[in-house]
Amino acid sequence: MAQGGSIVPFAGWRRTRFLGESPLRQVLRSVGDRVVRIAEDVVGQDLDARIAGIKTHLNEVGHDPFGFDPETSRYALAMAALLHRRYFRTQVFGINRVPEGRVLIVANHSGQLPLDAVMIGSAMMLDADPPRFPRSMVETWTAELPFISTLYPRLGQVVGSPENARRLLQQEESLIVFPEGARGISKTYDQRYQLTDFGLGFVRLALETGTPIVPVAVIGGEEQYPSIADFKPLARLLNMPAFPVMPQMFFGMIAPLPTKYRLYFGEPFRFSGDPDDDDSAIEEKVWLVKSTIQSMVNRGLRERKGVFI
Amino acid sequence: MPNPQTTDRHKPSARRGREPARERPSARAPVARGVFGHGAESPKPVEQAQRPAPTTGEFPKPATEGAVLVTGVCGRLGKLLARELHRTDKVVGVDRRPFADRPKDIVHHQVDMRRKKMKDIFRGRNIRAVVHLGVLHDPRRSDRDRHSWNIVAFQKLLDYMSQYEVPKLVVLSGANVYGPQPNNPQFLTEDAPLLGAQHFGGMRDLVELDMLAQSFFWKHPDTETVVLRPCHIVGRVHNAASNYLRLDRPVMVMGFDPMMQVVHEKDVVRAIQLALRPGVRGIYNIRGPGEMPLSRLIREVGGRPRQVPTPLAKVALDQLWKLRLSSFPSQELDHLRYVCMVDDSRARTELGYEPVHSIDRVLKDVRRLRHQLS
Repeated sequence: MAQGGSIVPFAGWRRTRFLGESPLRQVLRSVGDRVVRIAEDVVGQDLDARIAGIKTHLNEVGHDPFGFDPETSRYALAMAALLHRRYFRTQVFGINRVPEGRVLIVANHSGQLPLDAVMIGSAMMLDADPPRFPRSMVETWTAELPFISTLYPRLGQVVGSPENARRLLQQEESLIVFPEGARGISKTYDQRYQLTDFGLGFVRLALETGTPIVPVAVIGGEEQYPSIADFKPLARLLNMPAFPVMPQMFFGMIAPLPTKYRLYFGEPFRFSGDPDDDDSAIEEKVWLVKSTIQSMVNRGLRERKGVFI
Repeated sequence: MPNPQTTDRHKPSARRGREPARERPSARAPVARGVFGHGAESPKPVEQAQRPAPTTGEFPKPATEGAVLVTGVCGRLGKLLARELHRTDKVVGVDRRPFADRPKDIVHHQVDMRRKKMKDIFRGRNIRAVVHLGVLHDPRRSDRDRHSWNIVAFQKLLDYMSQYEVPKLVVLSGANVYGPQPNNPQFLTEDAPLLGAQHFGGMRDLVELDMLAQSFFWKHPDTETVVLRPCHIVGRVHNAASNYLRLDRPVMVMGFDPMMQVVHEKDVVRAIQLALRPGVRGIYNIRGPGEMPLSRLIREVGGRPRQVPTPLAKVALDQLWKLRLSSFPSQELDHLRYVCMVDDSRARTELGYEPVHSIDRVLKDVRRLRHQLS
């Protein structure tokens, strides 16, 4: 920076003082580094090596075009690893069924906050070998929220549009898709583990790009934030998809209940056919995926001995 | 004195562009004469055509081969383009402003594009291509001014082009016509809808201009129409994006940090030169060397972003706008919140375009002008 030439004393002082990192950023960084170290001790895995193992397609300036930032992601992975291993004590079954290269991971959605996506993501990062970096397709609505709209792209999350999904699959990346969308995540407690309607887009996408679909059943998400009602007027007022009423909030429990998560990865589907087929033809394939996930969910529920153990 | 190295670098492409132009006058001349022969025009404008152009003080010599007409030639980009083109082609410039440091062989007409004189320029010489850069972006101008300049003048230009059967039109539109939206895909292709005016009425005529060029493309298949939609052009130009990056403390919307694309002005000039080659037609997005988050872009230019919450930023910008202290309308804040990036794969495969200026070079040029200003 050329600063010279000013006759005002200390004219460049304020500017040069802040040229490095701001103090707030320095504090955040040191806290973040400590969290990463704690997580590495607890998990017993080298998280930085896991992050370094990710293969993304960097552009000419060394940045992921979708905004993935390894710096931010290492803190997020540390938090996710603690949740995954300690808080939710997640059990993962059949993760080696996920094929190499492009893949669509289709799962049931539950639990008010998308922690199920975090669990699937951390399972792929920590339990799969070599580590896989899945991107999830998030609601468009999140791009309008301050901070969230900055954080999500840095963690590799992508706004859910067919064009984005197509581009990522053509780059041989893996995508987490919840075809139930907001309908699934904001279910009330009486409808737990009952899959709602699936969208058709993911099957069309799989047909178009020749992508295998891996069905995943997530058990344990429904009990983390039991919701007794959906307060629709307030949701509309806040421009949110739903406003769940969660009794635990009345007792000051903001954190999710420490349920035990179980993830069941199924055998991949490899469909073939015309992506522009009639809805009825596509619906058949969607139904096949949905019923497979539902039966995996049902089996998982039968096998588990309790919600928290 | 043109740098010999650059001249050499540009020669092959330019030579390719020239070959058909040599044959063209003979093929086209009877048609052009036919227009005169019908006697549809009164003789008076013909006289005007032979009069010297008012400002250049130089009698325009009749071109032996086609010239390239550049509208808005006195802008930074226009000057750059004219300086590149005049090494290999005859260049005719049109602008309301004077072209002060004009190279000798560029013919400049200081006219308003809406005037009848525009027609004489077309009649007076053999124009082989028109590059339309004369677009008014100034948000301070009234809607009426902008409409009459951007739409009415462009429509007239298109009329003359079809009348005199100019075989090539290159229009510089921009990626802004797609508009920043929260539900935009990360990379917009040329088929994406033009929603730029959805939240910002000031964009209306730029979208309309793009649409006009598109309809001209279909209505006149004999003319090769090229619409270029570059992402934010930066460098030494004076446009909103460059001016924003030159600020010491540019405003960022708190909690938003969209990915940004910038392209060097010289890369855009190169893309225009490529588009001038015969046989090229269509719409092309132009992308720069890589995309990065806005915050990183500002830091690398040397600025320090000032984070302001959305409502506060809106109110403050509106007030500053009213007091004429800022030249950014508050609706343009959407550019600082949502992505509006383009996919240039079509330009790469069909146009053979590739950005050659690295991001360091781009940022250096932005920075250099800031220090000159301060």
